[in-house]
Amino acid sequence: MDMQTLYLLVPLAPLLGAIIAGLFCRVIPRWLAHGVTIAGVGVAFIASVFIFCDVQAGNTFNGPVYTWLTSGDYSFEVGFLIDTLTTTMMLVVTFVSLMVHIYTIGYMQDDPGYNRFFSYISLFTFSMLMLVMANNFMQLFFGWEAVGLVSYLLIGFWYTRPTAIFANMKAFLVNRVGDFGFILGIGLILAHFGSLDYDTVFKKAPLLADVTINIWGAQQWSLMTVACICLFIGAMGKSAQVPLHVWLPDSMEGPTPISALIHAATMVTAGIFMVARMSPLFELSTTALSFVIVIGAITALFMGFLGIVQNDIKRVVAYSTLSQLGYMTVALGASAYSVAIFHLMTHAFFKALLFLAAGSVIIGMHHDQDIRNMGGLRKYMPITWITSLIGSLALIGTPFFAGFYSKDSIIEAAKFSTIPGAGFAYWAVLAGVFVTAFYSFRMYFLVFHGEERFGKAGHDHHGDHDDEEVAHDHHHGLAPGQKPHETPWVVTLPLVLLAIPSVIIGYIGIGPMIGGDFFAGAIHVDAVAHPALAKFVEEFHGAAAMGLHAFSTPPLYLALAGVVLSWFFYMKRPDIPAAIQRRFSMIYTLLDNKYYADKINEFVFAGGARLLGKGLWRGGDVGVIDGLIVNGSAKLVGWIAAVARLFQTGYVYHYAFTMIIGVFVLMTLWMNRA
Amino acid sequence: MSTYLLSLAIWVPIVAGVLVLLTGSDRNAPLARMLALVGAITGFLVTIPLWTTFDVAQSGMQFEVLAPWIPRFDINYHLGVDGISMLFVILNAFITVIVVAAGWEVIGKKVAQYNAAFLIMSGLMNGIFTALDGVLFYVFFEASLIPMYLIIGVWGGPNRVYAALKFFLYTLFGSLLFLLALLYLYVQSDSFSILAWHQQPLELSPQIWIFLAFLIAFAVKVPMWPVHTWLPDAHVEAPTGGSIVLAAIALKLGAYGFLRFSLPIAPDASHELSTLIVALSLIAVVYIGFVALVQSDMKKLVAYSSIAHMGFVTLGFFMFSAIGVEGALVQMISHGFVSGAMFFCIGVMYDRVHSREIADYGGVVNTMPKFAALFMLFSMANAGLPATSGFVGEFMVILGAVKYNFWVAVAAATSLILGAAYTLWMYKRVIFGAIANDHVAKLADVNKREFAILGVLALCTLWLGLYPQVFTEVMHVSVNELLNHVHISKIQ
Repeated sequence: MDMQTLYLLVPLAPLLGAIIAGLFCRVIPRWLAHGVTIAGVGVAFIASVFIFCDVQAGNTFNGPVYTWLTSGDYSFEVGFLIDTLTTTMMLVVTFVSLMVHIYTIGYMQDDPGYNRFFSYISLFTFSMLMLVMANNFMQLFFGWEAVGLVSYLLIGFWYTRPTAIFANMKAFLVNRVGDFGFILGIGLILAHFGSLDYDTVFKKAPLLADVTINIWGAQQWSLMTVACICLFIGAMGKSAQVPLHVWLPDSMEGPTPISALIHAATMVTAGIFMVARMSPLFELSTTALSFVIVIGAITALFMGFLGIVQNDIKRVVAYSTLSQLGYMTVALGASAYSVAIFHLMTHAFFKALLFLAAGSVIIGMHHDQDIRNMGGLRKYMPITWITSLIGSLALIGTPFFAGFYSKDSIIEAAKFSTIPGAGFAYWAVLAGVFVTAFYSFRMYFLVFHGEERFGKAGHDHHGDHDDEEVAHDHHHGLAPGQKPHETPWVVTLPLVLLAIPSVIIGYIGIGPMIGGDFFAGAIHVDAVAHPALAKFVEEFHGAAAMGLHAFSTPPLYLALAGVVLSWFFYMKRPDIPAAIQRRFSMIYTLLDNKYYADKINEFVFAGGARLLGKGLWRGGDVGVIDGLIVNGSAKLVGWIAAVARLFQTGYVYHYAFTMIIGVFVLMTLWMNRA
Repeated sequence: MSTYLLSLAIWVPIVAGVLVLLTGSDRNAPLARMLALVGAITGFLVTIPLWTTFDVAQSGMQFEVLAPWIPRFDINYHLGVDGISMLFVILNAFITVIVVAAGWEVIGKKVAQYNAAFLIMSGLMNGIFTALDGVLFYVFFEASLIPMYLIIGVWGGPNRVYAALKFFLYTLFGSLLFLLALLYLYVQSDSFSILAWHQQPLELSPQIWIFLAFLIAFAVKVPMWPVHTWLPDAHVEAPTGGSIVLAAIALKLGAYGFLRFSLPIAPDASHELSTLIVALSLIAVVYIGFVALVQSDMKKLVAYSSIAHMGFVTLGFFMFSAIGVEGALVQMISHGFVSGAMFFCIGVMYDRVHSREIADYGGVVNTMPKFAALFMLFSMANAGLPATSGFVGEFMVILGAVKYNFWVAVAAATSLILGAAYTLWMYKRVIFGAIANDHVAKLADVNKREFAILGVLALCTLWLGLYPQVFTEVMHVSVNELLNHVHISKIQ
């Protein structure tokens, strides 16, 4: 089999699985649905490993599969670009997807939509692979929207729940706001480069670095700045950056396996991948990079704060994901693209692990998601406990764990970056370390340690909004006296398999991926203008040295402080957080309402659009056009006809009288003329 | 053989329609239906060689027929197609099959007359797409109004007479000015040949007047803002088949008129007034997008979304770039599939519940899962999702617009958000959720006939979305020829 067939096999195998499981979801047995989809993703994973090795041996590829469309001078193709960036993403996507497929057998075993679910996640895998393997913007947009579609379908998987079908529509529309910017960015690229092919565009980019375009009035803007910011708006939607982050927490309405696969490990990182792929363009605009780094820093810090006040186990992890996506974005802004991809990779493993572990806890708790009703679960769910601990340690950046290498690299890159906004970003990501450690271990302690709070009849819900939402649907919880139980092997096996890379992948990966030239040719950095990464690499002396060096730097102690403080607050003195909540009730209310972002969107944008629509319809269409012009002119014609009718009475004497009067008037005029 | 193809495309459906009419009263309804289906399928089959034997490299008209009709005024039976019109002949014949199948067991009264009206209308509309003589075009253009008027007026809803009359008067008003323009052109050129008019030199001021006369006639048909208000009423009152033809084909006639008449006959005026058309198109996209959002009647909502989608068509034409014009043409074909399917979906629900109000539904997916899946595909196509046909045209027009003017593109791109908002919000309220009422609880999923219709339309939607090249490659030569022509001034 030649390599090009293998490239095709990677996306098509999951697609075939999705089609079989989807079209025949009502007739085939469950084992066939999961069998065929797991086989498809398994084939994609094995092929990805082969391709990865092949690319390591130096065989990159860039070529078309078929011509989608030609028009005028433009040609749009479906094609693949296979380099180290692509293969890294392919491995992450297919591996996590495979784990999630296996896990789903256990998680969804009681669900009537079992076959449909497998079809969707395989379709997602196909779409995501098409996205990362694209060699042009058109196909990128294709995959971009296709993963959005599957995300929409999966968030609304339980379509009878009002919250789920609201959340999926919200997710789609907020993503569309991002896509609005994205398509304009693509349009600018096509208009000025004449092609959407990556290779052509990136080669031509330096020549167009100084081109300016007229956007508003006489002001000249750099083409690169405008195009990159437009493209980045697309990334903000998909990768949930402030202010387009609002859909991600709500997406937790979907089943947990897809929260792990789509809303943590892969789809939400598509924006990060996209910017890294576009590095030759972003490198030409420091303004755009400043924009990126500031948005990322805001997301990293302020979304972390929200994780502290959540009580739904999935929402804590969701806010943690938002914050980590902010970290990746900071790395992009600092021109440390390889660091962003590195963090994307480590994060995919440990965050998928944390989500799947949360799902395991949810199964054990009989679908109670409120961490206030848990506690002491380590006794009952040992595998879930250990793997969660590993995931949390990786997330907070414990030395030698995966997250440590990637996160510390981001902090260092932000420190060395010289672009405007980098100072703020450095401060934000540093503070974020403490916040991350605090909310992660708050959750960890409340779930796995301390008093056993489950199995009490009539849990008191503190009446906060999210709990009510959860309470509506599938919130069974444990009956009094019932104990949680460890989940079956199909659930725990993926946890163990994901725990392994969560520990070791950072140690193995940092050398080649950041210190070495793993991404040479795939990612372009202008080391003169943006030297942050180069400075970091200069000080990098191997993974072991970096781990030891951590003991003399602030992030480690910030993380430690976060862990200790959360232990003190939630294990030792639970009265303190309650007191703080009362003392600073304003801040608590602000955080509990997620900075009011949802309410603003609801009133200003959704409400405003409906109001405008009503106004235009009632005022414009019904009022002016139909009321005044169409029916008005009909009335006018009617009125003229009515008047004209007065002259046509049909009585001879009326006509005769009119004639006599006429003759009389004419004669008078004629005589007076003389 | 090839010289008869276009005549067959016109006359096979018309003759079939007359035969169907001869079956008479509803006692013979099964025969009338069968005859109509055979006629529609034959009509479709005779158009297929137009595509398979079409020479994509040849410029100008193909399959031409020229026979004298009224020699005294040089009026001829002159037919021909180029890469612009050929696909619409096939689309029209295809949609006719869909429409006959769509009314199969739904239409119970005056079955023969109903099917005959559609068949005759189909033939007349093929006449519009193929006529190369001004008078012939005008005759077909006007004659096609009559069947549609009857379809709305006889088989329509409670307010059908108002809607039918509004439709008729609106379009008649437009075409009177069109006739004046045709007569003026005859006086100038001594010919009714549309191709001769393309070469006819004209000063700017008559060009402007001709352009405006054409504009009013075609803008009503498209329909463009602000002469669009007949469309929602017509759709709401029309039977399902009427809505499908109206959306899929009738709206395309106006757009086609721009390409066949306005641009080549009055190129300087087209350039002069392009800003006006672009502005009206953008109003259609943005204004109508907001209006569609607040509709409570599903058919009205899809009707408004049609107007917004047609805004992309006129926008694409008047940017005078290949990607814009071809994008607009692709949008027209796609809209034929997608809006036809959307109206059919609404018809499927209406046949069961007898309501088009969104509020009367909710949770349809629980009782009609197959239907919900297909409706999802068409909704996504309506929202312009990649891999469906709805994406291709919008994508091309937006990309073309960025080059034309960045802010035009910004306004056009809002349809990404608005289109998704109004379509998915409707979908959510109708399809998702728990079962809302007894009517929904009693719904039966699509039967084989409905499934077949939706399945065929779904395949078309995906085909055009995944491989649009087969559709656009036939357009290239004709579109380039048109654009070259439009760039040459006619002012001497």
